[in-house]
Amino acid sequence: MSATIDFIIDDKEIQGRPGQTILEAAQQNGIYIPRLCYREGLVPHGSCRICTVLVNGRPQSACTQPIAPGMIVENDTEKMNGLRRNIIDMLFVEGNHFCMFCEKSGNCELQALAYRLGITAPKYPYMFPKRDVDATHPDIFIDRNRCILCGRCVRASRDVDGKHIFEFVGRGPHKRVEVNAEANLADTDISMTDEAVEACPVGALLKKRVGYAVPIGQRLYDHKPIGSDIESGVAPASSR
Amino acid sequence: MAKPKIATTSLAGCFGCHMSLLDIDDRILKLIELVDFDKSPIDDIKEFTGRCTVGLIEGGCANEENVKVLQDFRRHCDILISVGDCAINGGIPALRNTIPIKECLEEAYLNGPTVHNPSGKIPGDPEIPLMLDRVYPCHEVVKIDYHLPGCPPPADTIWEALVALLSDKPIELPYELVKYD
Amino acid sequence: MSENLGAAVKEICRAHGHDRTRLMDIVRAVQEQFGCVSGEAMELIAKAVSVHRVEVDSVVSFYAFLSDRPKGKVVIRVCDDIINRMHGADRVAQAFADELGIEVGQTTPDGTITLEYTPCIGMCDQAPAALVNDVVVTDLHRTTARQIVQELRRHLDPRRLVRKLGDGNNAHELVQAMVVNNIRKPGPVIFSPVNRGEAIKKALAMSPVEVIRAVKTSRLRGRGGAGFPTGMKWEFTRGAPGTKRCVICNADEGEPGTFKDRVILTERPDRVFAGMTIAGYAIGADEGILYLRGEYAYLRAFLEDVLQKRRDENLLGNKICGKEDFNFDIRIQMGAGAYICGEETALISSCEGLRGDPKNRPPFPAQKGYLEHPTVVNNVETLGCVTKILEDGPATFNEYGSEGSSGTKLLSISGDCRSPGVFEVPFGITLNEVLRLAGAGDAYAVQVGGPSGQMVSRDEFGRSICYDDLATGGSLMVFGLDRNVLEIADAFLDFFIEESCGYCTPCRVGNVLLKERLGKILAGKGEPSDLKYLQELGETVKLMSRCGLGQTSANPILTTLKNFRSVYDALVKEATDGLQPSFDIHAAMSESEKITGRKSVHFLA
Repeated sequence: MSATIDFIIDDKEIQGRPGQTILEAAQQNGIYIPRLCYREGLVPHGSCRICTVLVNGRPQSACTQPIAPGMIVENDTEKMNGLRRNIIDMLFVEGNHFCMFCEKSGNCELQALAYRLGITAPKYPYMFPKRDVDATHPDIFIDRNRCILCGRCVRASRDVDGKHIFEFVGRGPHKRVEVNAEANLADTDISMTDEAVEACPVGALLKKRVGYAVPIGQRLYDHKPIGSDIESGVAPASSR
Repeated sequence: MAKPKIATTSLAGCFGCHMSLLDIDDRILKLIELVDFDKSPIDDIKEFTGRCTVGLIEGGCANEENVKVLQDFRRHCDILISVGDCAINGGIPALRNTIPIKECLEEAYLNGPTVHNPSGKIPGDPEIPLMLDRVYPCHEVVKIDYHLPGCPPPADTIWEALVALLSDKPIELPYELVKYD
Repeated sequence: MSENLGAAVKEICRAHGHDRTRLMDIVRAVQEQFGCVSGEAMELIAKAVSVHRVEVDSVVSFYAFLSDRPKGKVVIRVCDDIINRMHGADRVAQAFADELGIEVGQTTPDGTITLEYTPCIGMCDQAPAALVNDVVVTDLHRTTARQIVQELRRHLDPRRLVRKLGDGNNAHELVQAMVVNNIRKPGPVIFSPVNRGEAIKKALAMSPVEVIRAVKTSRLRGRGGAGFPTGMKWEFTRGAPGTKRCVICNADEGEPGTFKDRVILTERPDRVFAGMTIAGYAIGADEGILYLRGEYAYLRAFLEDVLQKRRDENLLGNKICGKEDFNFDIRIQMGAGAYICGEETALISSCEGLRGDPKNRPPFPAQKGYLEHPTVVNNVETLGCVTKILEDGPATFNEYGSEGSSGTKLLSISGDCRSPGVFEVPFGITLNEVLRLAGAGDAYAVQVGGPSGQMVSRDEFGRSICYDDLATGGSLMVFGLDRNVLEIADAFLDFFIEESCGYCTPCRVGNVLLKERLGKILAGKGEPSDLKYLQELGETVKLMSRCGLGQTSANPILTTLKNFRSVYDALVKEATDGLQPSFDIHAAMSESEKITGRKSVHFLA
């Protein structure tokens, strides 16, 4: 087996290693493929669909699709970015996202993607669902209004923390993240240092008493779009 | 030739977006060279005096009066812009959207810890506009041409958008000027 | 009660070897005994099979037939798919509700009877129909609904509701169902008589590779709808690395309007089990699973009996027909009410005791399927064809059908037609011919392939049923002139919203949004721009969704936009006043007007 695989992303010739996904190989080559449910170190989930690219004309999620020699990938095109905007719009209207007072604002990956893709308002009607907040735990809270069902907490808790505190229950529009207890987060063995807490891309799972610590203007995505670090080759390895 | 006219209003908002408009500082002098203000809290003109080129809407629709004003703006303005998160998604007032209106009114007029209401009734005075069942983003009530997000949108965002529109150019905002907080 | 529960859960988990991959069977058993899988039961099960409580919750909350809250001893589930609705399912449900003194979705105050709606239960040819626990009642009307309630009140025994037995094996002592087969046109492949053991013996006389070659020569393609070449699938699975392999028969016939697998399993189960065994031999599997949808639980005892007879005749088990090293057995995995489990990777998840979430591909089931073993998943009808191919040889099979589509196809036809039922027709037959057979010459529209398929208009009735033209798993719903195709599309969207697993964004959210906008149009408040909105949203759902369900869930919109555009055009009009036609100020104020006791000063009614 050859040590490298040659393929093409948006007219650019790319080399990747066998076993890499499209997203990983692209990232290594300084190409950012927008993503949300993907997080380095966790099993790819393929659920948000933001990272969908066309592979030889067929849609595939870049976070789960392995690279193959000669494949032609369309990523940063008006068509794909338009479809991604639609998905982001869906996530915004599906929940209750009040950016103006959210502790995660400025560091939120959902918001950052919307900024990057130039969304000023979602094209779909807001659903204003009734969702719960679980603030029972002394140090950590869940605000399900902001949950986008990416499963990062589920996977981090299960695979990294070895605790399996979170899991999806229900299906379809009734799907939600539940905790491994009769009712409350306080009844689980979650702790401040759990990877699961770090893994949340939005403000659905947060530590208490540390909100708004970084002033506006100094937050992750205040000045540069999400993915800029990958595109400038600054920090591809650690970038999420 | 007469200058184009601008109208502004604050529906269910906090006037923060209007403050942000005033935050364009000395550029306001340039602005009034470019335009005349029609109906607006800035000049306190209460009713439209004629057709306007641009209408800036702050706030969403929480009550019947908001709807009436918004529809009036749509009738009088060529271009309507939702300015700020409340106009775009209901904002803070929309926190009540998952709570039945009856509960909201009872909390406000009957059960709230600081309520003093010897009548024990929810007021029905015509001076108090009827609340809607929920807060509606402006574009769910009338057609909106542009959205400028932010809480409030930065002064530069409002300035850039206005200048572009008044000079017949597309609104192209740099990355740092589109923010939701 | 609590002690009982503890002991019972312990026993149930023990009987399933404390195996977490049998979680579906465990929770089903608990539900059967206690009417629900309560939080307490979840805790006990989790301990017994060494999983987390929330994992049990995850499974229980996924399936429609499982519940964490107590339901009645008897649950009446009225099928509310579009065909049943056309035949008066709503009136029947209302009669049930009136007689029970409750609403649909509620349980009687004495806790004995629950009334619910359920999607297609595979009885469209004898609609309206309902499930009363596992018992199917068909051809309902208001009077029978009332009688059923009165009877249940007396004895709470659904089995006693069946008075007149159906034809064929529906009258078998282990089935005892009032279901009828309605085989309107038996064909030469599936419904030909079975000579038990013949196909297996012929297969075992060949090498596994030769068996695969025979299936490839027959050009057999999957009958579930996707049409993947069966022989190729087997070859991939056989060639995939692994120490153990598995054959799964997909009997989760959930596509609304489809019921042919139910008839095959009733009348030709041996043909299906033989096909599974042959597949097992060909790919080198020793385990077979029949994934039977929960709605067909009434067939389970009968099918178990057929399996036992096959074991007794050495057609299953060790050294089948004396063949050294060929051991193969089949177990039945019951589903529990989830359309998505018809998707092969979701079906595998379900067999593994998980939520019925589809899996990411790659790896494909042929590489890593059931418990990571290379796995073949075939449709009931496909496996039935396999048996025939081995019986008569691939050349004979090839004689039926058309160039790219060999063999016959079973169609389930229902709706506005005189002879609803199952038709075995050669591939290549035109829709017109099929409609004539079913007594639907005056059809206005036909939904080919169920909600995930396409709505075909009259000018396209000359098209033919085959993989290259109108590909279908076999559901044909016929609609007469007085039907509104947009209301039908709306009903299909309801179905997809309810049945989406919710894993990926476009399917979970997109279908809800499609329904909202179609509703706006149906309410007469649509504008031409809404059609563009629907088209773009539909394409987003189609392109961006993760599995076959999502990728086809926008079809009710996309195919009606294409084939029935004039129906939409007639309903939309441009709003020229700049206001949003969908915003209803009076509806938005009505609650406030009631609370304050005054009318609006700005907007007069």
